[in-house]
Order: sequence, then C-alpha cells, then structure tokens
Amino acid sequence: MEKKRLVMVGNGMAGCRTLEELLKIAPEMYDITVFGAEPHPNYNRILLSPVLAGEMTVQDIILNDWDWYRDNNITLHTGKKIVKIDRKARKVFADDGTEAEYDRLLLATGSNPFILPVPGKDLPGVIAYRDIADTDAMIEAAATRKHAVVIGAGLLGLEAANGLALRGMQVTVVHLAPWIMERQLDKPSADMLQASLEKKGLAFLLEKQTESLIAGADGRVSAVRFKSGETIPADLVVMAAGIRPNTTLAESAGIHCNRGIVVNDTLQTYDPKIYAVGECVNHRGIAYGLVAPLFEQAKVCANHLAQYGIGTYKGSVTSTKLKVTGIDVFSAGNFMGGPGCDDIVLHDPAGGVYKRLVLEGERLVGACLYGDTADGSWYFQLIKDGQDIHAVRDHLMFGQNHLGDVGHKGQTQAASMPDSAEVCGCNGVCKGTIVKAIKEKGLFSLDDVRKHTKASSSCGSCTGLVEQILASCVGGAYTPADSSSKPMCGCTDMNHGDVRAAIRDRHMIDIPTVMRELKWKTPNGCASCRPALNYYLISTWPHEAKDDAQSRFINERAHANIQKDGTYSVVPRMWGGLTTPGELRAIADAAEKYKVPTVKVTGGQRIDLLGVKKDDLPAMWADFAKAGMVSGHAYGKSLRTVKTCVGAEHCRFGTQLSMGMGVKLEKMLFGMYSPHKVKLAVSGCPRNCAEAGIKDVGVIGVESGYEIYVAGNGGIKTEVAQFFCKVASDDEVMEYSGAFLQLYREEGWYLERTVHYIERVGLDYVKGKVVDDAENRKALYERLLFALQDYKDPWLERAEADAKSELGREFRTIAIKQAMKA
Amino acid sequence: MSTETSTWAHVCALEDIPLLGSRVVSADAGDIAIFRTDGDRVFAVHDKCPHKGGPLSQGIVHGDTVTCPLHSWKIKLESGEAVAPDVGCTRGFDVKVENGQVLLKA
Repeated sequence: MEKKRLVMVGNGMAGCRTLEELLKIAPEMYDITVFGAEPHPNYNRILLSPVLAGEMTVQDIILNDWDWYRDNNITLHTGKKIVKIDRKARKVFADDGTEAEYDRLLLATGSNPFILPVPGKDLPGVIAYRDIADTDAMIEAAATRKHAVVIGAGLLGLEAANGLALRGMQVTVVHLAPWIMERQLDKPSADMLQASLEKKGLAFLLEKQTESLIAGADGRVSAVRFKSGETIPADLVVMAAGIRPNTTLAESAGIHCNRGIVVNDTLQTYDPKIYAVGECVNHRGIAYGLVAPLFEQAKVCANHLAQYGIGTYKGSVTSTKLKVTGIDVFSAGNFMGGPGCDDIVLHDPAGGVYKRLVLEGERLVGACLYGDTADGSWYFQLIKDGQDIHAVRDHLMFGQNHLGDVGHKGQTQAASMPDSAEVCGCNGVCKGTIVKAIKEKGLFSLDDVRKHTKASSSCGSCTGLVEQILASCVGGAYTPADSSSKPMCGCTDMNHGDVRAAIRDRHMIDIPTVMRELKWKTPNGCASCRPALNYYLISTWPHEAKDDAQSRFINERAHANIQKDGTYSVVPRMWGGLTTPGELRAIADAAEKYKVPTVKVTGGQRIDLLGVKKDDLPAMWADFAKAGMVSGHAYGKSLRTVKTCVGAEHCRFGTQLSMGMGVKLEKMLFGMYSPHKVKLAVSGCPRNCAEAGIKDVGVIGVESGYEIYVAGNGGIKTEVAQFFCKVASDDEVMEYSGAFLQLYREEGWYLERTVHYIERVGLDYVKGKVVDDAENRKALYERLLFALQDYKDPWLERAEADAKSELGREFRTIAIKQAMKA
Repeated sequence: MSTETSTWAHVCALEDIPLLGSRVVSADAGDIAIFRTDGDRVFAVHDKCPHKGGPLSQGIVHGDTVTCPLHSWKIKLESGEAVAPDVGCTRGFDVKVENGQVLLKA
C-alpha cells in the first residue's frame, strides 16, 4: 500500500511534538514533509531568554537537530514560507516556488507578535521578540546602543528587558496596565517583582499609552512619545505587547478562523483533511500561548492522524511558572479570586515571599506564588483535579512537604541543591544525573525522567523533588500530568477510572476481551497494566472472572516474596498476631527441614522464613497445612495483617477484647485482594498499643464501643489515619470496616493505597457512602462477603496440585541431565 | 568424542510451560529460563537479569519481552538485550519446538 503524504507547515515546538507523537504510534504511516520559515531546525522558543541573557547559545536550545529529520525520513524545507494552499488539488506552495501535495495537512504556523499600530512602527531599530533572528538583532543592538524601551511588561517583555539590561543597556519597560504581568500576577506580587527588577536597574513606566515612535537624524528610531505628552529616548524598541495567532495562510485558503484557526476536539479544522495545532489554533474559544497545552494538543492530533480515533482535547487549565532574573513566579487558575472565593495570603515583603491561594468552598481554584514556588506543581495538581482540600486546609499554605513527606522534608529548593545530592534514595540517583538526562535527552515529563534515570520510579517519595528539578530545567515547558486523565500505561490511552468503568458496564470478564474491546496497543499488555486489569476483573466480577496467574506479579503467583537473590520468603498467617506452641513448633521444624538461613519476627506480628528455594515452596506449604497454618499473604496486594494489642483479655487498662476482635476481622477478610496492600490494627484502649493510627483501617476500643479510623499509612510517607465513625458493637466494626474496604476495592485504582484513594475522592464522599447510607453500607458489606466466600488457602491448593503434579510443577526446576536421557 | 553443535537436549513438553510464562532449566552453564510467549513461540535466555542478576524466569511476559521481577528492567527475549533506555544483555540459547516437545541446544 502506498504511504499517505503528510505536510506540515511550521517547524516549531507544537508541530514537531505532533510528529514525534505520530512517529511513536504510527512510524510507517506517512511520508512527511515539513516547511519552516526560519532557517533553523526545531528549537525551544522558551529558552530564547537565556540566549538573550547570554546564559545559553542557540545550539543549546535545539530540540530536534538535522539528524532527527533525516533519521525519521522527514523531508525538511527550512527558510521556505508557505504562501498558498490549494485545497482542491491538495497542494501547498512556498514563496520560492516549492510545491508539495498532501493527503493530510498539519498547520502549525504559530503566532505573530502584536505590533502596536502607531506611527513609526516600521522604523529601523523597532523589533519584536519572537525568534532567533529577533534575539540576534537585540544582541547586536545591545553591543552598540544605549537606550532600550520594551513595550509590554508581560512574560516576554520582562525577559527581553532583563536580557538587554544584562547586556549593558539602560532599559525602560512601558506598560498599559496598572501593574506588570497582570495576566499572571496580582498586584501585591507584581509590585514585589517590579521592586526587585528596579533594584537590578530596570525602569518602569506604568499606565502609559504609546502614541508614536520618533525617528532620529539617522532614520533610526530615537524616542518614544506617550499620549500623556512625555518623550523618552530609545535606540531600540522591543514590541512585546502580546501575540496573535498566525492565521494568514489559513484564512487565505478559506479555512474558518476566528482569532485563531478554529478546530474541534480532535484538532481538525473545518476542512477534514487539514489539522492544526499550537499557538495558531482557537480551541473552544481559547488560543493557548503556553507550551504544555500545546503538547496536549499534539498528542491528541497525532492520535487522529494515526487514525486511532481515540482521545479528545477538551482544553487545558494552564499554569505559568517562570523565572525572571532569578525570581520564581508561579500562578494558576483563578488567582484573582472574586465573589464567593476565600483568599489565604502569606505576604513577607522583606523575605521576598508572597503566596496567595484562592479557594471556592473546599476546593482550590487558583494560586499565585512569588519567591517560593516549590509547591506550585502541587497546587496546580490540586486545582486540576478539583480535589476536596477540606482535610488539609489548615496546612495548605505551608505546602506539600509540610504534610509529612519524611524522605525530603526541608528540601524544597531543588534548584539550590548541589548536583551531587541524592534525590532518589531507592535507585541512588543524584540531582546531576537527572539534570544531565533532562538536558541531553530533551526530556519534558516525569515519565520520561523515570524511564531514563529511574529516579522516582520505585517508591515515588521523591516525585515532588524530581518534578521541581524538571521544572527548574525546562521552565514553562513542564506541567505536572493531570493524574485523573493520565493513561494507565503506554499500552492504552485510557485511565484507570475509565477502564474500571468499562469492565463493569460492559461486563467484561477476561483480559483478552478487555484488550480487544478497549483497543489495547500491545498484544498482551505490559507488566504494569496486566496486574491492574486482572485485579479489576476479579474484584468487579468475583467468582465469574477467572484469575490469570500469568498477569500477577511473581509474589502473588508464587505466593511468597521474591528476594534479591531469587529465593523467597514465607510468612504463615498468625490470626491477630496470636500463635500456639504447636504452630511455633511447625515453624521451627520447617526452618530446620528446609535449611532456612534467616528467621525474623515481622512488623505485622508474625514470623518470616527468609531464603527458601522456589522448588521447596510446595513441600513447605504442605507441612504448614498439616499444622493447620495458612498463607499470610505477606506478598500480596491484599489483606496483610490485623495487628492487635493484648486488650481487655489480659491488660489492666483494656476496655475491649482487641485480640478477639482482631481475629474476627482477619478471618472475615482472609483472601481479600485489593488495589494495594491493606493493613489493620485493633487496640483495646486509647493508649493504642497496636498503632491503629497508621493503618488502612484502625480500630480503637473505648468504654462505650469502638472508634474506627481509616486511610492511615506507616510506609513511604507516614500518614495519620482519619477518624471515620464510632460504633457500639463488634458486628458493627465488621460491617463498617468491611463496607469501607469493599468501596475501596471497587473504586480504588490499582496500586493506590487507601490514603491516596481518600485523597482523591474525599473523606466526606466515603463517609456518605458508608457511614451515612445504611442501605448502601449493607450492600457493600454483602458484596465483600460474597466475593470472599469459598476462598481456599492458596498454599494448600498449590501443595495439593503439586502432589498431583499439575499446578505445582512450574515451581520445579528441570534438571538438564535428566532431560538429556529422554 | 565431540558433544558440540547439533546436540539438542529434550527439556519438556510445550504445554509444561504456562502460556506467557516460563520454566527454569538447571544446566552446567547455570539456570536457563525458557519462555513461552503468545502464539507459542519459545525463547531461552540465561536466567539472570543484566542489571542485578534477578531471575528473569519469574517476570511477567508480554509480547516478546519479559519484565524482570526485581527492578522492572525489560529484556527482549529474542536478543537478550535490555529495552532502552536501559543498557545490558543476557545470554541467549537456541531452543526449538518439535512435535510439541521443547528442545534446547546443549
């Protein structure tokens, strides 16, 4: 079959990103031709400021070098501007006469700087700030001239002004609005920024309207006159009063434009053969000028160009994070507040820190940060996810670290960390390695950094820090992924929530069906999505969906924990942490019989036998079964332990029989698989010796009954469990805890602990479903009991199968010598 | 007496290896992991991840790749090479299926 022809007009960041996404998913589909008006390959426009400031060279900011185009068989025409589209003949024409035919056309023509329509705008010495040529012109002017006037105190204008000042010019910034960067900052933060820039030598004239630019004797611009009558000297005038989508070409071809080329949610223009992405686009009335939304558009557009036909672009919530002369500034959402909004403000003029958080009800809707922007990405995430912040409202202002990220407390300034500082403690990755990978490999997202450096790919506690490093390296090009819309993995574009819903709504009961129906991109998924799908299937359709052993992580397949040397650890269950002389004897016997090198008491009140060979597992389990012992599931995304204190059975302070309650809970929940591991504890009195405050479900006995706490966590990031409800009887403890866990089982995303689940949906929501709604609680509880009925101890099952040489045989190593005889 | 080149040792029946799973063969060269992928293709590689020696046989098999159970490196079964950006290679062995029986080149 002949390849289709794709022509792209515009060789900038949005367009090239679209090609990259397209080449990833359909590398062979198109013959690609690219036209760029500039004589350069694709470069990072955001980094023009460091080039102007002399901190980087043009070579440093190239994103796709010439080799990239060649390696991907892309025909590249640089320095050629497309001037005409013949939509009937499906052909484009460049200014030098070059023509190209297309089956699909991608317009990525970007934007033009807005040039004030004032007399003198065309004089020599008046320029815009948009591309490498403008930057070069400014560098040249700075070498020989003295007075620079920058019109427009937006992001671009200030960066231009800063760069010119660093190159020795006297710079005046002229602005129409009452404060600088009024679209990104509120007045107090803008005033702080202005004061700091004034200290560095910039002058500001606010609320000034330019009337004309005046020529000097040499014909070059020499002064700027304002409506107010004043005149100031100017050897160089930089117009930075905003950008306008570049729609000239599209309009000339009769494609519908309205302040941008109008596109639908698949980035298609009114001509179905023509797509458009980037700053030239008007999507649902908005033309985006920041890179993150453009990359989101690129992804969706590539998907449709590849004819996958899934994925829609629904617009972006944008944030601005930038550095002006070394000062961090961040804003997102509705940071100006208004009726119905509450502001939380921290203002320290001497310390150079300002933070304003805008809340609407219990949701964060906007943030404006100055000086300390370390928590910007966290706030942005909260805004995007529309998360209920009721529980953390008190601490919100003090940032994410304040919430107890023990691993990195105090490390809020990623930028100031030395390169040798370790960022990821799990994989031993230091800051320098991450920065190098980001720069050399051109990484933009957290996932990319994870893939290339392994940082934050294990326990994830350094994720915030890695995000900060990423943000400090690529600036505005980085935005945190929207966790609610993030795909499960590279095998699909669907997120966990959508997949769960599809499995439930379409009654799918096996993995091949899910992959077929939901159009998985890989033949049998990957090590990330298969375990998730398997869990979703068996938790949604208990007794109906078949458990797929090959889609479980080895620990759940072997029913033991793999260790670094490939041996396994075996933990028999001790209900509620209680044991007997008989059980201890059986453990001692097994330890000797199978030459177990290490025997250890675990944190969950039981005994771990470490260093068992896989071949020995079935026999060891058979021995334990004889002593009446079952699997402790110490290896599973499942019920782990119910830790108990001695309680009223023996303790003089005990108010409730905590051991008995713990055993009952553990027996009820035996064999419960869940999105992640689940740990419980029951304490007999508020002294809480069983540490119920850091468990997924913690039960604390009081004189009048029990208090139930949920969503605690003692691991990576210590989280104190939140009070859930108070109940009077043992039966109620079972019902409320069971119903809560069933809700988590039904709605939690794979590998999401209860604390993260509740963070996502809100404690009030969960209380509404379990505590306030008795009927729903009973229904949840019954579904849990139904799912768990007839559960058979997996150890016994495998030991029996092994004796019959069925299931168990895969545990055995085949000896080649014995095999040779056959 | 030559034991070289074309000695094929019988290992097991194809169905003894779970689909999208593996079996371990202990040989003089060390443990060899034999994988059965979608479409009943069979591969054999040294059962040691080039990263930290993890037993590849215990990993999740997808496509013609296995993900190591220890630190999730992905290893191509055909070549024994790690999937980029990881770099490393584990030794491969010749293996074939004849009449439903798996044979390994000794």
